[in-house]
Amino acid sequence: MARLLEVEDLQTYFFTDEGTVRAVDGVSWGIEAGETLALVGESGCGKSVTAMSILRLIPNPPGRIVGGSITFDGLDLLNVSDAEMRAIRGNRIAMIFQEPMTSLNPVLTIGQQIREAIELHLGMNEDEATQKAIELLELVGIPEAEQRIQDYPHQFSGGMRQRVMIAMALSCDPKLLIADEPTTALDVTIQAQILEIMANLCSELGTAVLVITHNLGVVARYADRVNVMYAGQIVEMGTAVDIFKNPQHAYTRGLMASVPRLDDTEHTRLATIEGQPPLLIQEINGCAFRPRCTKVSGCHCSTTKENNPKLVEVEPGHWVADCPCCMTAD
Amino acid sequence: MTTESATTQGSSEAKFGETLLSVKGLRMYFPVTSGLFVQRKVADVRAVDGISFDVKKGETLGLVGESGCGKSTTGRAILQLHRPTEGTVNFDGTELTELKGAGLRRFRRRMQMIFQDPFSSLNPRMSVAQIISEPLAIHGLYKGAERRERLDYILNAVGLNPTYARRYPHEFSGGQRQRIGIGRALAVEPDFIVCDEPVSALDVSIQAQVINLLEDLQEQFDLTYLFIAHDLSVVKHISDRIAVMYLGHIVELAEAEELYLNPVHAYTRALLSAIPIPDPIVEQTRDRIILEGDVPSPLNPPKGCVFRTRCTKKDQCKCSDTVPVLEEIEPGHWVANCQCCMTK
Ligand SMILES: Nc1ncnc2c1ncn2[C@@H]1O[C@H](COP(=O)(O)OP(=O)(O)OP(=O)(O)O)[C@@H](O)[C@H]1O
Ligand SMILES: Nc1ncnc2c1ncn2[C@@H]1O[C@H](COP(=O)(O)OP(=O)(O)O)[C@@H](O)[C@H]1O
Ligand code: SF4
Ligand code: SF4
Ligand SMILES: [Mg+2]
Ligand SMILES: [Mg+2]
Repeated sequence: MARLLEVEDLQTYFFTDEGTVRAVDGVSWGIEAGETLALVGESGCGKSVTAMSILRLIPNPPGRIVGGSITFDGLDLLNVSDAEMRAIRGNRIAMIFQEPMTSLNPVLTIGQQIREAIELHLGMNEDEATQKAIELLELVGIPEAEQRIQDYPHQFSGGMRQRVMIAMALSCDPKLLIADEPTTALDVTIQAQILEIMANLCSELGTAVLVITHNLGVVARYADRVNVMYAGQIVEMGTAVDIFKNPQHAYTRGLMASVPRLDDTEHTRLATIEGQPPLLIQEINGCAFRPRCTKVSGCHCSTTKENNPKLVEVEPGHWVADCPCCMTAD
Repeated sequence: MTTESATTQGSSEAKFGETLLSVKGLRMYFPVTSGLFVQRKVADVRAVDGISFDVKKGETLGLVGESGCGKSTTGRAILQLHRPTEGTVNFDGTELTELKGAGLRRFRRRMQMIFQDPFSSLNPRMSVAQIISEPLAIHGLYKGAERRERLDYILNAVGLNPTYARRYPHEFSGGQRQRIGIGRALAVEPDFIVCDEPVSALDVSIQAQVINLLEDLQEQFDLTYLFIAHDLSVVKHISDRIAVMYLGHIVELAEAEELYLNPVHAYTRALLSAIPIPDPIVEQTRDRIILEGDVPSPLNPPKGCVFRTRCTKKDQCKCSDTVPVLEEIEPGHWVANCQCCMTK
């Protein structure tokens, strides 16, 4: 059976004055209905561009999806009309971004904005929509929702605005929610509030979630599966347990070893990955991680000229860039 | 190599493990004014509202808490970048709040700051050499050829290639820019550095590089840190002791391990439980305390216990109007003395 979302060999490039940025360079993956998939990797590795490609929100120029396909619920997303895409966005595919202030209209009340979303997608009349808006705000834990719908966005705190975004996003019972760093700008205790609300509502509604975050703790807590991206490519994907407990790719291993844990009992020096990720403006031949890899001297793959090391399935559902050196432990 | 510079670094009276910095009853209020012609004070933002703690020579004291709770203000008030509204700041035997002019400048050299945002904290029109040499010029240290040597020495110490000296900040990555900021702080041979969210803006793998660098430099140069961050996992990793702040108050202070294993204050417990551990198997069975609501405004903080509005025990709590003060419940473990907090 086909998955809810199927991304195949997606390539999204930006044609800038300095050259071509291969932001996403041939990634294939999918999401099952109802599951939560996390996209992790260093800043600039192509996570947001992946999300924007699915929503068809890549600014053109300079950006363009130059290859591959995206199939959502049987629909070929790269070939539906703009009008159809607008109807899908915010309805069957909902989204939440990092800074809720920029996604909310400052001159409309919270109530007006939620009602607008509901009326547009669910075809309710004004009274019904108001009632539904209040219910939704209560659901995401806004106290005195009946009064608060008359407030403007600036009267809400950052955490409350993000809760409003969740309410709006889930108001149309989407099949897929894309959340790009949904809580990065918020405080730890508010992050926990918001993520619990989001996870509980999505599991109640059966909504699949694509969550982008650099917080590996959040990934461990909420994700069923994880895609690890590096320099525009996926280097490893598997269940959260595969990725955290049995990472195979040299980059994934380095990443996992470099985070301090609250429950560490003794002080050990953090493992680091030396150097920086490559600029995506240069064409990368062979393994993109090679300049930072500690195994590079022993790596037989160093002569590979192939652009995308293919992913191989090392155990059911656990895929790793095809590198035998990576897969032998240090 | 200027071996001399390495020996003069860390020239404090306090020996390792002795109190280097002592903060008592520190208050920092910012006036809120209004009025068309005459600006009249209408209220105070109580950014820091009576905190006391010591920092020992050679240690790292972590300061955690939510946005706006007063962490940066505390750091700035210690360095006298804000003049405290009330309280004392004793550094290595000298009362800083009473110093002015040249006397204060002498102490400023010994106390430096590293900032969160490596993108905005460096002057884009200055080269790396200028950025790192500027404080040397201000304090009249290392003149002429020695300054050039000092620059190379510092660049090496923070892991930057000395050939980068003539480049500008925009030519560097976030992690490298943070190294430049660290180099600038380090150049004048400080004893004490306030690290204000130094790794919060960095990617995980780069964050680890900078944390390790800060640890190495601490050892190499006998540095004492006040390490401010909101990521408790990072703070716990780098700190010897941790102070937890909420709305201008310290609610708990203990050794890092003790704070994690035996948190007492309701806020500390909620904060610890809110932090997910990067291990899916641990997280599957971990219960969380989810706090309701938001942090109240420091313009109008709750009376008595400032955590009251969000505390899970607020209904049973009888600690009404008196502000809880820190009490040592075990050697070295201080908690706002709230009886309800202390009964589990
Ligand atoms: N110069 C100032 N004038 C007026 N209010 C100020 C000033 N500096 C800080 N504040 C206020 O003091 C309080 C504490 O601010 P501070 O910057 O110390 O917080 P913080 O704990 O460092 O937060 P963050 O984690 O967001 O950096 C906030 O309410 C802030 O708005
Ligand atoms: N509008 C744009 N114009 C040019 N380059 C872009 C644009 N948007 C993103 N990029 C580039 O694409 C790459 C991936 O970016 P992004 O997906 O935003 O990273 P992240 O993984 O941090 O979300 C980066 O090199 C970024 O600079
Ligand atoms: S072992 Fe080889 S293929 Fe694997 S990450 Fe290192 S350099 Fe790349
Ligand atoms: S004093 Fe009372 S309200 Fe405040 S933290 Fe303790 S139990 Fe909660
Ligand atoms: Mg992004
Ligand atoms: Mg701050």
